[in-house]
Amino acid sequence: MAKAKVTFEDIEQTVNVPAGTRVIEVSEKIGAGIIYGCREGDCGTCMMHVTDGWNNLTEPSVLEEKILKENMASRHDRLACQAQVLGDCTVKPA
Amino acid sequence: MNGDIDVSRHCNAVEFADGVYWIGALDPTLRTFDIILSTANGTTYNAYLIRGSEGVAVVDTVKENFSDEFFARLESEVDYSEIKVIVLNHLEPDHTGALPELMRRAPQAKLHISQRATSMLKALLKPSSDAFAYTTVNTGDRVSLGDRTLSFLHTPFLHWPDTQCTYLEEEGILFSGDVFGCHYCDKRLFNDRVGDFRFSFDYYYAHIMRPFKKHVIDALKLIEPLTLKQIAPTHGPILRERPRRYVTHYRELSTSSLTREIGSDDHSLVIFYMSSYGNTARMAEEISEGAGGVAGVRVSIYDLEGGETEPFVDLIEEADALLFGSPTINGDAVKPVWDLLSSLAVVNLKGKIGGAFGSFGWSGEAVRMIEDRMRGLKMHIPHEGMRVKLIPTEEELDECRSFGRRIAEVLIGKRRERAVIDFAYLV
Repeated sequence: MAKAKVTFEDIEQTVNVPAGTRVIEVSEKIGAGIIYGCREGDCGTCMMHVTDGWNNLTEPSVLEEKILKENMASRHDRLACQAQVLGDCTVKPA
Repeated sequence: MNGDIDVSRHCNAVEFADGVYWIGALDPTLRTFDIILSTANGTTYNAYLIRGSEGVAVVDTVKENFSDEFFARLESEVDYSEIKVIVLNHLEPDHTGALPELMRRAPQAKLHISQRATSMLKALLKPSSDAFAYTTVNTGDRVSLGDRTLSFLHTPFLHWPDTQCTYLEEEGILFSGDVFGCHYCDKRLFNDRVGDFRFSFDYYYAHIMRPFKKHVIDALKLIEPLTLKQIAPTHGPILRERPRRYVTHYRELSTSSLTREIGSDDHSLVIFYMSSYGNTARMAEEISEGAGGVAGVRVSIYDLEGGETEPFVDLIEEADALLFGSPTINGDAVKPVWDLLSSLAVVNLKGKIGGAFGSFGWSGEAVRMIEDRMRGLKMHIPHEGMRVKLIPTEEELDECRSFGRRIAEVLIGKRRERAVIDFAYLV
């Protein structure tokens, strides 16, 4: 299975994950600072900033785009409960 | 001005500035609001009407079962065909209950709401919301009523994501939504006429605004530069006499007092524990010792057995990191720990650092359960908690000091190099 490295910038920790893993599946287990609310892409609590490898995450769905807009996300912000890792990337709490 | 005012004796609009009217409703018998708030003398649902040379604006409405009073006051002053603008500063049902009927009677009116209010509008008013024309507004956006101008202030999380304030420029009146409001019902309506509502004002802040202090400070940056002749909130008295003192009071209530005590450079770490046989207490002391050895961290340690919930909530609100120690009894953390952890809805814990520890006899579930609760409260748990079976050994006490030190290092932002780890090895 294809692997990718996701780095959590706030705790300087990198994890090798199977491609397709959602960021939420990893971040809590290693104690990264991204925090969660509804965990289903509706509340915007888990907004994260992708500092590197923006294109290595799955495209945001129409629903995620809507929530990002409502929460005034900046460029390269994503919801950690929705974004899936496809290739190497670096993220931190937004 | 309005010396003999008694709005309970009529259903007319009450003019409190040139062409600006209160068209709200009194709810004197309400004793509990939204399950969580006691309302010793009821509340008011304040709505307002502004007449301009080129149309009328309605700012907020009332709870649904008070619609008759709202519409009667509105009709005493304007015809529905004159309404050009409806502003919703906040979409909670006590302010939007009369909206569907108002839109039915004034279908030409355009709703002005914040960006974040759009999904709530649909959820609250389904399915009729599809028919409502609305525009979203942000700080700096303005709408003209001819000789009157409304401008909008984006003030999210006071106390919902959608909240905003609306400012009538020519009259210096801030329609503040729930900000500067209180549950206090008085037919004399104005702060210079009503009874002593200081308790209600502070109580309302403590339960509604307190969890959002950071957002209050952000909002005050927009509000403080305004010329304020009156503040018209959605609950309680209209603040027409010395309105700025309420703004000052909000700033005082929202400013950290701990920072004044220990300086803004130090980080506060608070340890709470309960102990049956002294083992969890011993762990707490060693964790405190380890954390306290890190420069820039101020550690406080409290035995839950010797305190009460409310002052502990105050401590937690201002702490940067919280550690909870509990023995495991019958597979659970002990009740005083849960009592405190279930009393934190009034403070903001988002992003605070948390951790748990405890001694146990045979299974030791308490630590993981406390960690889960902290995650649920949106806290950040950087290190797995410390669990010790019965009496801690010297080695385990060393580990406790190390645990305290590592938490404190996260607190001051000290980085440590780490190897890449594999997802498969994560617990």
